[in-house]
Amino acid sequence: MIAGGEDHPVIRVSGLRTRFGQQLVHDGVDFSVAKGEVMGLVGGSGTGKSVLLREIVGLMEPTEGRIEVLGRDTRQLSERERIALQARWGMLFQDGALFSSLTVLENIQVPLKEHTSLPRDLIEEIARVKVAMVGLGPEAGDKYPSQLSGGMRKRAGLARALAMDPEILFLDEPTAGLDPIGANAFDELIGSLQKSLGLTVVMVTHDLDSLYAICDRIAVLVDKKVVVGTIDDLLQQDHPWIHDYFHGPRGRAAGAARG
Amino acid sequence: MMPRGSTRRREGYVQRGTITSAWAEGQFILTAAGRWDIASAQVLETQLRAKAPDRQGASVCLDLSGLTALDTAGALVIDRLLRRLRNQGHQVAVVGARADLCELLREVQRVSQGIATPMPTPAGPRFPFVDRIGRATVAVGQDALAMLNFLGLVTVTFLRLLRAPGRFRWKPFAFHLEQVGLNALPIVGLLSFLIGIVLAYQGADQLRRFGAEIYVVNLLGIGVLREIGILMTSIIVAGRSGSAFTAQIGTMKVNQEVDAMRTLGLDPMELLVLPRMLALLVALPLVAFFANVVALAGGAVMAYAYLDINFVQFTRQLQIAVSAQTLFVGLIKAPVFAVVIALVGCYEGLRVTGSAESVGLLTTRSVVVSIFLVIVLDAIFSILFSYLGI
Repeated sequence: MIAGGEDHPVIRVSGLRTRFGQQLVHDGVDFSVAKGEVMGLVGGSGTGKSVLLREIVGLMEPTEGRIEVLGRDTRQLSERERIALQARWGMLFQDGALFSSLTVLENIQVPLKEHTSLPRDLIEEIARVKVAMVGLGPEAGDKYPSQLSGGMRKRAGLARALAMDPEILFLDEPTAGLDPIGANAFDELIGSLQKSLGLTVVMVTHDLDSLYAICDRIAVLVDKKVVVGTIDDLLQQDHPWIHDYFHGPRGRAAGAARG
Repeated sequence: MMPRGSTRRREGYVQRGTITSAWAEGQFILTAAGRWDIASAQVLETQLRAKAPDRQGASVCLDLSGLTALDTAGALVIDRLLRRLRNQGHQVAVVGARADLCELLREVQRVSQGIATPMPTPAGPRFPFVDRIGRATVAVGQDALAMLNFLGLVTVTFLRLLRAPGRFRWKPFAFHLEQVGLNALPIVGLLSFLIGIVLAYQGADQLRRFGAEIYVVNLLGIGVLREIGILMTSIIVAGRSGSAFTAQIGTMKVNQEVDAMRTLGLDPMELLVLPRMLALLVALPLVAFFANVVALAGGAVMAYAYLDINFVQFTRQLQIAVSAQTLFVGLIKAPVFAVVIALVGCYEGLRVTGSAESVGLLTTRSVVVSIFLVIVLDAIFSILFSYLGI
């Protein structure tokens, strides 16, 4: 959605704590995402990246803290307000999470039929436009998820996440499981959609190339907290994990590729 | 972007998209303003259908300078308008769009070109009903062949196992024996008991007219031992355990566990199918025998309560009415039914592909097919026995 400039951040997380039984996963996480920004979320395995993402979109409840999305405190919403707010973001799950009994086109039409009263032919055409926008051929629309490859399922999942023209796009490891060429193409796709649709993107990723290619800023989960900065900021950081992450062999290779 | 049927507006977004039209200097001018987004798309689409220049070949100017926001749905509405006007032979010019909005509009126009012409649907058959019957017949034939093939595979696996009996998986065998045998006893017992009662009651009602109440025992003994006991048990077990086989194996197929077994050099036939089949082969005759006993007990209770036939009389008459042969004629069918139920259950489970939906579909199929086959085989047995004079 392209709209007039708004200064307050699209997402603001403050004082977030998450506890599973004895285990403290997040201890005072603070960060915010500005409008039109692409924010990468990285961290070692088990540091709670996916948990943080699931808390922001309301699939999980944090133990403590405040999460504001589009200026609304997500924990203080009534059911109806929550549904209205949810229609303004889209989420791409790791393996697409498409409904297996529906074709790709029907999958994309689900939110449109549920939340709008548009005429059928317009909904159908919107769905076909989304299929084309994510770079799938027109024949893919009539296929079932089990007939698609992993990369195509991700694209179809992205099309469904974009069905309602959301303002924010959440991505959970968008390039995991894709070959390098497919991953590059997916990065480019997200970058170009982000520009043409004016999206704010939050992505959990392990893919250093993605971080270099499309992320404006990166939030690193270390020591149960978040360190936020641009890649150049983080390259200067001397925290051992962050240093190893960006200066390790893969980090150097990705950095060198950037030139 | 608004919930269905909602009149509420998004906070801070009160301007809806609007469209107005006017004639100026021989040009038809359409002026778009406000937010052209998915929330306004429906209204705009209907309004736009009504707004077309009433002159042939007029030039149309679409003024987008008042647009404050645009999303894919809004862009698509504009794109559809432009396509419609051009098809009607009008000259169309678009002016005044903000650069960022223009980029989205161009992107939507680019991708919608490929889809504007819907793909031609292939012509259907001339007699769809006949077509369906034909396809269904072929499918049934292929299915029967595949099932026969599967039976052969199971047999080969079993024979191979006989050469190396040490490879037999006792643990899953014992587990399934408990599942399909022991755990089925309560439900099979309850239903058989009730069937015994119903049978005795209906029989007594008819036989009393001839003063031949005592023959209720003959009716029960022969009916239950030869037919009802084993048939009821098989149907319940097909519903309980046949479906469970399909669902278990099917879920493993979806999770690629079956593929994982193959790559690890394990044979799913040996690991999944044989233990289930052998467990059912052992359990079904035992459960059927239990069902026979309980059904007779139900009949005896009914005979006592309704006909004043006490248990001693009941037992004496039963001894006269039935012989061991009657029991074995019934129980000889049990292993055959067990093989059929296990075969269908495992076969359908292994046919699951990809989606979670197919697990449900094939589970239903497995129950329907195995009950169907059990009843058909029971009929064949009846014909065979009467031919042999048993």
